Amino acid sequence: MTTTAAPPRAADRPSTRPFVPARKRRAKAGWNVLGLLVFLVVGFPVYWMLNTAVKPAKDAIDPDPSLLPTGLTLSNFRRALDIADFWGPVGRSLVVSLTVVLIGIAVGMLAALAISRFAFRGRKVVIVAILAVQMIPLVAMIIPVFLLLNDLGQYDRLSGLILTYLTFILPFTVWTLRGFIVNIPRELEEAAMVDGCSRTGAFVRVVFPLLAPGLVATSVYGFIQAWNEYLYALMLMSQQKQTATVWLANFTTKHGTEYAPMMAGATMMAVPIVVLFLLVQRKMAAGLTAGAVKG
Amino acid sequence: MSAANTTTPAKVPPPRQAPPPPPDTPGRPPRRRRSAAGGAVPWGLLAPCLLVLVVVLGYPLVRLVTLSFQKFGQSQLWGFQPAENVGFDNFATVLGDSEFWVVVVRTIVFAGGSVLFTMVIGMLIALLLQRVSGWVKTLVNIALVASWGMPVIVATTVFKWLFDSDYGVFNALLSKLPGVDVVGHNWFASGPQGLAVIMLLVVWGAVPFVVITLGAGLTQVPKEMEEAARLDGAGAWGVFRYVTLPILKPIIVMLTTLSVIWDMGVFPQVFVMRNGHPEAEFQVLTTYSYDKAFVVNDYGQGSAIALVTVLLLLGVVAVYMRQMLKIGEVE
Repeated sequence: MTTTAAPPRAADRPSTRPFVPARKRRAKAGWNVLGLLVFLVVGFPVYWMLNTAVKPAKDAIDPDPSLLPTGLTLSNFRRALDIADFWGPVGRSLVVSLTVVLIGIAVGMLAALAISRFAFRGRKVVIVAILAVQMIPLVAMIIPVFLLLNDLGQYDRLSGLILTYLTFILPFTVWTLRGFIVNIPRELEEAAMVDGCSRTGAFVRVVFPLLAPGLVATSVYGFIQAWNEYLYALMLMSQQKQTATVWLANFTTKHGTEYAPMMAGATMMAVPIVVLFLLVQRKMAAGLTAGAVKG
Repeated sequence: MSAANTTTPAKVPPPRQAPPPPPDTPGRPPRRRRSAAGGAVPWGLLAPCLLVLVVVLGYPLVRLVTLSFQKFGQSQLWGFQPAENVGFDNFATVLGDSEFWVVVVRTIVFAGGSVLFTMVIGMLIALLLQRVSGWVKTLVNIALVASWGMPVIVATTVFKWLFDSDYGVFNALLSKLPGVDVVGHNWFASGPQGLAVIMLLVVWGAVPFVVITLGAGLTQVPKEMEEAARLDGAGAWGVFRYVTLPILKPIIVMLTTLSVIWDMGVFPQVFVMRNGHPEAEFQVLTTYSYDKAFVVNDYGQGSAIALVTVLLLLGVVAVYMRQMLKIGEVE
C-alpha cells in the first residue's frame, strides 16, 4: 500500500519541509477565522453581562444597544446592593458552602482511603453505590428531603441546608479523592512502612503531602458546587434567610426587572466563582474522566 | 526469586523478606493478609460516610418510594391526618393523565436535542481547536472556561437579559440581518421557541466540558494511525470515522450518558427563566413533579412522577456504569 501512495507524497515532501505551502497557510487562516467566531459566540454572554453591568442604566434600556461599552460606572453595583440585602445572603452561602466542604472532605477522605487502599468484601458494592447515587437528579429528591427536614425541625435552618448539601457533595468528594489517591503509588507507602512507619504514619507523612493538591482542588470544586446550588436553597429556606443564588434569581422589584443592576449582581456572583474555577479546572477535568482513554 | 537466594542456606532468611513483621505490630498487616484480616479498618473508615449518606440520601430515597404509594397532601404534612396507603393510585392517576405523556415526550425531545447539540458542537469545536494557531486556541479556551465556570443561576439570568423582548441584544442583533424583524419579539410567548432558548442556554453551559474532555482525548490519538489511514487513501471524514471516532468511543459514551443524566435533570434553567412559574407549555418532568408537589400540594403524585423520572434514567445510568467498569475505574 505504501508503494501506491508514495509517488504523490514524495513529490509533496520537499516543499512541505522548508516552508508551509500557500494552500496550507490559507487553510490555517480559514480555521483561525472560524476559531475567532467560536470565541465571539461562546464568550458573548459573559461579555454582555460585564458590559451591561458597567454601562449607565439608561444605556441598558436602549432598543438598539451599542455593542461597545458606552461608559464606565459603578452605579449599577451600588443599586444592586441597595435593592435587597446582598451581604446577608452571601454570608449565609459562605457559611453553608464552607461547612459542607469541611465535613465532606473530612468524612470523604476516610471513605476514599477505604475504597482505594483496602481490599475488603463489599468494596465493589460500595464503589458502585457511591457512583450510582451521584446519578440521581437532585430534583427528584426534593420532596422527601423537604419532608425529612420538616420532621427534624430543620426547615429554614442553615444546619438543615448543610445536611442536604451533603447528599451531593459527599459522594462527589469520595469519588474524586479516590481518583487522586489511586494515582499515588502504593510503593511509596510500603517503602515508608518498611522503614518503620506505622500505617497511619505512612499516610500522614507520605500520602497526605502528595494528596494535598488534590484535596485543595476537590475542596474548591465542592465549594463552587455548594455555592451554586439553587433548588434546595430556594425550597428549604425562607425569604428572610435566602442564600446568594436565590438572591440573584429573585432580582425583581415592584417596577419589574432592573436589568443593569441585575447584571451587576450577576457579575459580583460570577467573578469570584469563575476565578476559583480557573484555578482548579485543569486538575478536575483530568479527574472526571481519568482513564477513559486507556480502554 | 533469584538463583542466589536458592543457594543461600535455608537458615538465613532471604533478604527481601527481612525483617519479618513482629506479630504484635499494630496497623501493619502484611499485604497478603489484608483481605483475610477482614474489613474492620476499611469499614471503620467508611462508617461516617455511610452513616451520613444513609440519613440524607438513603432515608429520603425510601421515603420517595413510600410517598408515591400514599395519599399525602397539606393535612398530612401538618400532621392533621395520617398518611394513607393508596397502592398504585398515584401512578394510575399520573400515567393515566395525557398531560403527563406530553411532558414525558417534551422532556425527552428537550434532553435529546440538548445532548445531541452539545456532543456535535463540542466535537466540532474540539476538532477545530486542533487546527487553529496557538493564540486562537488560547482565546477560545478562555471563553470556554469562563462560560463553564459561570454559576447556572447567573448564566440563566444573563440569558434572560440577552433574550429580553424589548431591550434584549439578541433581538437587536437579529433584526440587523436583512429581511429579519424581531424587534419586540417575545421568545417565551410560545413553548417551543422558549424551550429552544433554554436549550441554547443548556448547550452553551455544557459544551465547554465536552470540548475540553474530547480535546484531551484527541491528543491521545496516535498521529501514525491517522497518517497510515491517510496513506491508505482515507479523506478527512474517513480518518475521523475509522480512526479518531473508535479511539474516542469510551470518552464519547461517558460524556453522552453524563449529558443525558444532567439534561434530563434540568430544573433551575426552566424554573428561573419562567420566573418560578413555568407555564404548561414549558413543563418538563422535573418542574412537573415540583409543581404537583409544591403548587398542587399533592406530594404523593409528585413523588410518583419523580420516581418515574429516576426509573427512566436507570437505563442510561446502567450504560454509564458499564463503561466505568469496562475501563477499569471500578477495579
